[in-house]
Amino acid sequence: MADLKINFAGIIAPNPFWLASAPPTNTGYQVMRAFEAGWGGAVWKTLGQPIVNVSSRYGALNYKNDRMMGLNNIELITDRPLEVNIREMKEVKERFPNHALIASMMFETKEEWHDCIKRCEDVGVDGFELNFGCPHGMCERGMGSAVGQNPDVCEKITSWVMEAATKPVIVKLTPNITDITKAGLAAQRGGANAVSLINTINSVTRVDLETFEPMPSVNGYSTHGGYCGPAVKPIALNMVSALAAHPDFHLPISGIGGIETWRDSAEFILMGASSVQVCTAVMHYGFRIVTDMITGMSDYLDSKNMKAIEDLVGHTAHRVKRWEELDLNYKVVAHIDPGTCIGCQLCYIACEDGAHQSIALQEGTRVPAIKEESCVGCNLCSLVCPVDDCISMVKVNTGKEKLVWAEHPANPHQIAAIH
Amino acid sequence: MIEISIKETTRLLPIPEEATLTKSFSNIKPALSAGEAMIEASRCLFCHDAPCTQACPSSIDIPMFIRQIMSQNPKGAAKTIFTQNILGKSCASVCPTQVLCEGACVYNDMNEKPIDIGRLQGFATDYAIENNIRFFQKGQPTRKKVAVIGGGPAGLACAHELTVLGYEVVVYEAHEKAGGLNAYGVAPYKFTNADAAEEVDYVSQIGFTIKTKTRVVAQTEETTSSSDYHTVLLNDLEKDYDAIFLGMGLGESKKLGIPGENLPEVQGAAEFIYQLRKEEQKISVGRRVVVIGAGNTAIDAAVESAKLGADVQVLYHRTAQDQSAYDFEVAHAKAANVKFCYLVTPSEIIGSQHVEGVRCLQNEVTGVDDRGKSKINPILGSEFVLPCDMVIYATGQEKQVRFYHSISGLTLEHGKILVNPNYQTTHPKYFAGGDCVNGGKEVVNAVAHGRDAARGIHRYLLGEKN
Ligand SMILES: Cc1cc2nc3c(=O)[nH]c(=O)nc-3n(C[C@H](O)[C@H](O)[C@H](O)COP(=O)(O)OP(=O)(O)OC[C@H]3O[C@@H](n4cnc5c(N)ncnc54)[C@H](O)[C@@H]3O)c2cc1C
Ligand SMILES: Cc1cc2nc3c(=O)[nH]c(=O)nc-3n(C[C@H](O)[C@H](O)[C@H](O)COP(=O)(O)O)c2cc1C
Ligand code: SF4
Ligand code: SF4
Ligand code: SF4
Repeated sequence: MADLKINFAGIIAPNPFWLASAPPTNTGYQVMRAFEAGWGGAVWKTLGQPIVNVSSRYGALNYKNDRMMGLNNIELITDRPLEVNIREMKEVKERFPNHALIASMMFETKEEWHDCIKRCEDVGVDGFELNFGCPHGMCERGMGSAVGQNPDVCEKITSWVMEAATKPVIVKLTPNITDITKAGLAAQRGGANAVSLINTINSVTRVDLETFEPMPSVNGYSTHGGYCGPAVKPIALNMVSALAAHPDFHLPISGIGGIETWRDSAEFILMGASSVQVCTAVMHYGFRIVTDMITGMSDYLDSKNMKAIEDLVGHTAHRVKRWEELDLNYKVVAHIDPGTCIGCQLCYIACEDGAHQSIALQEGTRVPAIKEESCVGCNLCSLVCPVDDCISMVKVNTGKEKLVWAEHPANPHQIAAIH
Repeated sequence: MIEISIKETTRLLPIPEEATLTKSFSNIKPALSAGEAMIEASRCLFCHDAPCTQACPSSIDIPMFIRQIMSQNPKGAAKTIFTQNILGKSCASVCPTQVLCEGACVYNDMNEKPIDIGRLQGFATDYAIENNIRFFQKGQPTRKKVAVIGGGPAGLACAHELTVLGYEVVVYEAHEKAGGLNAYGVAPYKFTNADAAEEVDYVSQIGFTIKTKTRVVAQTEETTSSSDYHTVLLNDLEKDYDAIFLGMGLGESKKLGIPGENLPEVQGAAEFIYQLRKEEQKISVGRRVVVIGAGNTAIDAAVESAKLGADVQVLYHRTAQDQSAYDFEVAHAKAANVKFCYLVTPSEIIGSQHVEGVRCLQNEVTGVDDRGKSKINPILGSEFVLPCDMVIYATGQEKQVRFYHSISGLTLEHGKILVNPNYQTTHPKYFAGGDCVNGGKEVVNAVAHGRDAARGIHRYLLGEKN
């Protein structure tokens, strides 16, 4: 059986499944329950100067019958005194010496950072995470995403931390930025040992159509909050891949954003992460979900004849390329399996009204037919089809060599690009 | 009073064609495809302290295995199931889920269809069994031996758990095949002989011995006629083994004690079903069958007769509200065209050479007794004869009391073996579980007993050493 143990930038953990810094890591009670349930590590709810929270705090996007496809919050960092957090971190480390306990922090001055680092190291934490990502409340005070969005400040604060920290330091990046690699490289220049991403995305979840209030409402008003949960996974995967594939970026990555199952975790790991962090899924279902993550991951590694998590890391990262590098002579067309088709004709109308008019209805049967000559292979019909594997995208042998945009006849700069 | 004579030739129906049998006995809970399983699993809410798990007598972590199916980890799902219930396959098919896990699912409280837990469980267990994925190994040898009497669900679960705990285990099974009532009792449209054999193979692969065709007897006189079948003396087992588990189930169907019971077409339900399972449904039944009793076994016998082509009448002396059969079983029987006749007591089976009918008395309800059941009184002069060609009596099964009496110090309560929370009997070396302890419940109860009895035996044998 595969070994799930990891060494993430020098932080040893029994498995790659960590709790993200958020309400599930508010207290020692919770973190101990989580470790008992099987989580390999926990990033403590961000420590900082005292703050006050609002009520209410969360809003959600439901998609049809599915609750909490996306979660939004307008909560700040920990609202408990630093001494209490430090004391509970000590208790956790004493009871669970082999689990990874990471202190997340957000301060303003160098002295504050240094003081907190010292106190955390004294109680035996295994590493630090610098919260440069919180998109609300803290950035207005020049912290959180205000740091993450400014590479120079990010680099400077990271270097402050590195002066004091003897344990590995992870910089947590904000997705509220145009190019994530700028922030990642700044952290690397500042001397960080690793990065984690993503934090939450700026958002307003909903408007109440009766009262006209934005949600979540605090006495009729709201503020832009941080979005997370299954809906943000594609955004997070993209950002992880951007860093993992960047030629100048060499730090380990802890993947965060919409992770709920071993499958999600495996995708992040294939994309280049070597640990993963979870918040929303635990807020939805509790700590027990980690059982499925552990058994599923270990069976998956076995099925791939892999012995350890590190064997899985990054296999997909180099496959995310620039558009110009893709083969323009590669072609697929849709194929409908008449045996499993239920005749809903969603594929037909999707293609007819929403794509390329390449599906025809047929006399005497509700099974539509693909017009292969005009099908551009966009995937849409296979995405709307409610039956698994009913529409498959089949490779067409064009008999042509690989051709990228630079060499394409339609490219006005073609000659220049080749020569 | 009507007396009807029946022509010899119409008495028994021919055995139906193979194809007809296959169709009429097809599985009532067909397997889910991977796609169907995904969709159903995605509906589960992953409840905390889930009511479905609480309602499962073997305490399977239902939300967990369903989540594992949802995340496309059927192997992990099977492990979650088998960790609690090594007979998870048969339970998936035969459990009365409507009154157990599915009956407790929170969706019922939203007036929505509960999660199809049984079929999801079948999906995961079939995946593991078909791919021969095994999760348990023989434990560190303890150098102790345990005999298990009875190869039914209780015995198999006990033997498996004992093997995991490092014991040398031999299961003694009187019949040709192990599996107990999974092989010889439950309805074949729930669980087939092939299913039963597959499950026994899967469970026993861990490495305990099953001696089939071997009945454990109290005295040497009780030898069997066929040379193929053996007997073993209980005394010898007591000498050879460190502990003994009794998982012998129940005994023969209880006789009615009315005249005419010895006519050839009168059979106990358990014996009728035994024959049906043994012959893979290739048996003939009367053209008109009367089933006496309205418990789940009666209903099974009635439905099976109907599927073999008979006109079936169920007779019950009390009312529909009093019958012990589950509502969904009764509904299933009605869908199979079984007729129910309530407030009727049979007084005699009539016929000279063959069954010709049942003489009955009509009852009236006079009140309610302290168990909440109707009090009844026969109506004077209400006698009538229900013509029929075959009678199946299903008013309960005997307990193997004579055998139990041969074990000194064993205490019985209404014929059921008395055990403590470790499933230890009042004779310290003997443990017991399943139908012989609870008087006849479900397969899943027997499995839970067998598993926990194994742990009880382990504690007992550890304690003995220290
Ligand atoms: C007709 C019928 C239908 C049923 N349908 C269902 C159903 O749909 N779902 C459900 O959950 N439950 C059902 N049950 C109940 C279920 O089958 C039992 O609760 C369960 O099988 C009990 O398991 P057990 O191991 O205690 O006993 P059994 O299954 O009865 O097994 C006992 C075994 O011990 C053997 N044995 C007995 N004496 C000796 C001896 N002296 N030496 C050697 N071997 C011996 C027997 O041959 C038998 O194989 C049904 C029962 C009947 C009778
Ligand atoms: C209510 C809530 C509070 C959070 N608080 C913090 C925090 O204090 N510090 C931090 O670094 N991230 C915080 N996060 C962000 C999470 O750690 C995580 O990065 C984000 O939720 C994405 O992961 P998910 O999709 O698994 O939820 C918070 C998220 C939520 C929902
Ligand atoms: S989840 Fe708990 S804290 Fe939040 S509103 Fe409900 S009861 Fe209150
Ligand atoms: S969407 Fe799928 S199921 Fe519906 S008609 Fe098209 S191919 Fe058939
Ligand atoms: S009660 Fe129903 S919804 Fe809740 S965990 Fe059990 S099966 Fe799932």
